[in-house]
Amino acid sequence: MLLTVPRAALRHSVHRLAPLASKTPSISPAALRRLASTLAILEHREGQLNVGSLSAIAAAKKLGGSIHAFVAGSNVKPVAEEAAKADGVEKIVVVENGAYDKGLPENFAPLLVENIKKGGYTHVIAGHTAFGKNLLPRVAALLDSQQISDITAVENENTFVRPIYAGNAIATVESSDSIKIITIRGTAFPAAELGSGSASVEDGVDPKAESSTEWVSEDLAKSDRPDLATASKVVSGGRGLKSKEEFDKIMLPLADALGAAVGASRAAVDSGYADNSLQVGQTGKVVAPQLYLAVGISGAIQHLAGMKDSKVIAAINKDADAPIFQVADVGLVGDLFEKVPELTEKLKSS
Amino acid sequence: MSALRILVPVKRVIDYAVKPRVNKAQTGVETAGVKHSMNPFDELSVEESVRIREKKSAPGGVEDICVISAGPAKAQDVLRTAMAMGADRGIHVEVKEGEELEPLSVAKLLKEAVRREKSNVVILGKQSIDDDANQTGQMLAGLLGWSQATQASKVEFGEGDSVSVTREVDGGVETLKAKLPMIITTDLRLNEPRYASLPNIMKAKKKPLEKKTLADFGITTERRLKVLKVTEPPTRQGGGKVEDVGGLVSKLKELGAL
Repeated sequence: MLLTVPRAALRHSVHRLAPLASKTPSISPAALRRLASTLAILEHREGQLNVGSLSAIAAAKKLGGSIHAFVAGSNVKPVAEEAAKADGVEKIVVVENGAYDKGLPENFAPLLVENIKKGGYTHVIAGHTAFGKNLLPRVAALLDSQQISDITAVENENTFVRPIYAGNAIATVESSDSIKIITIRGTAFPAAELGSGSASVEDGVDPKAESSTEWVSEDLAKSDRPDLATASKVVSGGRGLKSKEEFDKIMLPLADALGAAVGASRAAVDSGYADNSLQVGQTGKVVAPQLYLAVGISGAIQHLAGMKDSKVIAAINKDADAPIFQVADVGLVGDLFEKVPELTEKLKSS
Repeated sequence: MSALRILVPVKRVIDYAVKPRVNKAQTGVETAGVKHSMNPFDELSVEESVRIREKKSAPGGVEDICVISAGPAKAQDVLRTAMAMGADRGIHVEVKEGEELEPLSVAKLLKEAVRREKSNVVILGKQSIDDDANQTGQMLAGLLGWSQATQASKVEFGEGDSVSVTREVDGGVETLKAKLPMIITTDLRLNEPRYASLPNIMKAKKKPLEKKTLADFGITTERRLKVLKVTEPPTRQGGGKVEDVGGLVSKLKELGAL
């Protein structure tokens, strides 16, 4: 493994060793060897740990070195104690303050900057979620670091892999920044399991910066179905559904018969058939379930960007030449209004 | 309320409908002879700025809409397009072909542009569809210490420099309130960009377009990220078609998906 690290990277690491070691004398031997010390940013909502955000810990493990996790908000002690069970995490840094509940970057970014500086971290990782996307670039700018967004693999502590051009090309990039600020694609790093870990829980520093924005309200789509981003099965509908009524009548029973999350193409969302938050694609969610069933979706490149890493792709479309069939493992040419209810019945009876 | 001086950064990218190809040397994607356009999210920024003026939705009115782009000579085309959509003037910061700036450098350049142009709101696209980074707006907000509202689907102006923005988040929307000056990044749902009409395209040719260099803004093309290689993603092979629903179910079972 070490042999594959470019010489320049090794040299770079040696240079960094001296100041790092003097700043944080308590750094663990493992971290000294590999030099990485990572802060993984966890998300929570009303005292519930967002289990998907444990992907940040999974990515941190690939870097080697010590791993701390960070959580801030009101009533976050139980969240921290839950996260402390994640294997391989040494410490959970906690800041208990309701001012951070909504993840407003105006005060959350200075909070992170203070804790990153105090901990002397070489890497900071968060999910490429609405929260991470909003917050981390602001943190990166304050630390004068060029962020690396939406990575899908870690090659070594300086080198990362990320899709560009809607996933039509894969770039391998090497960072020369002393603090690497990274967002990760959740589907590429399965969440770290909560097992037998016993991380210590410690209070972080709280600079109590004021936020110049005020959170007013939210309107979240409520659903009993699995969460789109992490579901093992996804059924997705497109323009072919023709109306919201048909979308609900055709797609929802199919989702329930499979125990699947519901997704949609941009065309379906723009036409009002489905909620914006269900959009799969370059500008919506990126999913990689065991099964992705595309119904009435032609398969534009922006849509494929959001689902082409799915294990098995199935498609039902009346146009035999639709591009979706070029990526589908199994395709059925036919009228979805006839085929999907038939499929739903068959799934229910089996 | 202060009159708005809007700065709209726009980027010239490979047209969204073109499927990019990785070059033979694996250093990037093929750009020669490939159709380029304005980044789709930047069209939304221009459109929103023009609508704020047309609908008189800001109590203090709109004093200026300035578009800015850092890129090769051809980036002027997208600046002209933005002016044909209704922007007042453009600034072109010439960057040599192949020497693209990273988001942090762009943010630093824009910080300087904001100071010079006395902008009090910057409307950017949420991401460019080439690099897919989704960073520049947030970085600029951080450098300026301004409020930020990213992935906006609705922008409303109130009394006393207050702005409310509804933003797309995972699972729905949330609404934020801030005061000018601020940074807004656009999401697809914000508006439907207009097509520039022929007369407006002609008029845009007469609008002022300032030419600048990176040095004018104190920026260099220093890169923090070195691209080691660019490769094609693994290709998926379509698995063929089945005749009926029964065939679909048994194939899915065979593949272990059911």
